[in-house]
Amino acid sequence: MATTTEAPAPKLSREEILRYSRHLIMPEVGMDGQLKLKQARVLMIGAGGLGAPLGLYLAAAGVGHLGILDFDVVDFTNLQRQVTFSTQDVGKAKSEAAKARLASLNPAIEITTYNTRLTSVNALDLFRDYDLIVDGTDNFPTRYLVNDACVLLGKPNVYGSIFRFEGQVSIFGMPDGPCYRCLYPEPPPPGLVPSCAEGGVLGVLPGIVGSLQAIEAIKLILGNGEPLVGRLLLFDALAMRFRELKLKKNPACPLCGEHRTITKLIDYEEFCGIRGEEAPAAATDVPEITPVDLKARLERGDDLFILDVREPHEYQICNLNGYLIPLGDLPKRVNELDSSREIVAHCRSGKRSADAVNFLKQAGFRKIWNLKGGVLAWSDEVDPSMPKY
Amino acid sequence: MAVKVLIPTPLRQFAGKSDTIELEARTVGEALGGLTSKFGELRKHLYTDDGRIRSFVNVYLNDEDIRYLEKEKTPTKDGDTITIVPSIAGGMIL
Repeated sequence: MATTTEAPAPKLSREEILRYSRHLIMPEVGMDGQLKLKQARVLMIGAGGLGAPLGLYLAAAGVGHLGILDFDVVDFTNLQRQVTFSTQDVGKAKSEAAKARLASLNPAIEITTYNTRLTSVNALDLFRDYDLIVDGTDNFPTRYLVNDACVLLGKPNVYGSIFRFEGQVSIFGMPDGPCYRCLYPEPPPPGLVPSCAEGGVLGVLPGIVGSLQAIEAIKLILGNGEPLVGRLLLFDALAMRFRELKLKKNPACPLCGEHRTITKLIDYEEFCGIRGEEAPAAATDVPEITPVDLKARLERGDDLFILDVREPHEYQICNLNGYLIPLGDLPKRVNELDSSREIVAHCRSGKRSADAVNFLKQAGFRKIWNLKGGVLAWSDEVDPSMPKY
Repeated sequence: MAVKVLIPTPLRQFAGKSDTIELEARTVGEALGGLTSKFGELRKHLYTDDGRIRSFVNVYLNDEDIRYLEKEKTPTKDGDTITIVPSIAGGMIL
């Protein structure tokens, strides 16, 4: 029997050889590649829509150490796209539910969970332990934070982003490649970020985009193929079209350019003009009526005009028999409203209707209220049979 | 010169729900000008108050970022495609 006296090199067990055999018989991966995967340490930021295929494929591929960072809990509305979770996971911490699923898929890998928010305080320490970071977040402050931390530490950042039917994929943070700030020096101001009227995402879309990120992460680990560096891949699922655009390192980039002005992590909420995720900017000075008060007044037979400022497809889901004028159409349809009557405006959560109330106040309407919390609150406080979405 | 402007999903609502607009233009700036005069609401999403292209919106002529060409003065030729690429962050619902 042959024995070896060399330093113990990482090896695959018999079981691992069988598990990864379809990798091992490909020269592009082979034993060397599979051992690289086994030794790799990948940190996933977000265990949601993008994180689902990412986690599943990275775990299945045998990435030896996966970190999963997510502070959120599994919500019923996540199940339409976050395929790591089952119905019985609703209410559990996403990081823990994802770990349980991935550990059962591949018990041979190590998984570390971080049930916490990524912040300017913890990001650098968390990232240091990993070879590469995959960005599966859903908001601008965290995107800039992930980007900046990766550039400051010299770690590759496999970026993916989605909106409705459209996705973007690229790799940032490579020594000679561009970073996210080279592409977008600044985030959109909150007022121009698409609101819930335009939100939503086709459930399969993060499946495609997250899978593309997983491929790029695996290629980086293997050191094989042509990584998506200096290129932005755009995917339009509605047109079923992939396009590729050239991305250049911006010499004037404040983070990775020639004259750097950003040398440490900053306050990203402030940078993105956001203070507290759910605080609607102007809601405090908008006159409000609670669902319970509205119901009482309607039952009393008060003459109230209910104005629904959501979109027609939302009206189909549930409604309060209101008069429908989507927020975006309000300026040109304001003449349909009678300013002598009392008007209660509502939307889904109360944010769009707060904008509508502000707009109507400026247009001279005096007797106007915002339904506090929208149809969500109506469902919680008045009529549980009203569906929530 | 007939050029095609591809409108990204988040901005389609301000462009009559179209995903592609074809128009005549000799430069990228002319094409964007034609687009925003046709669809007034698009203007504030593409330009700052002082008329510069917003920093979270990139404009490509074919596969090149116009910031590294001649910006809005970049000449166009027949059959060119202009792509507007805004930053997107996810399917968040507020």
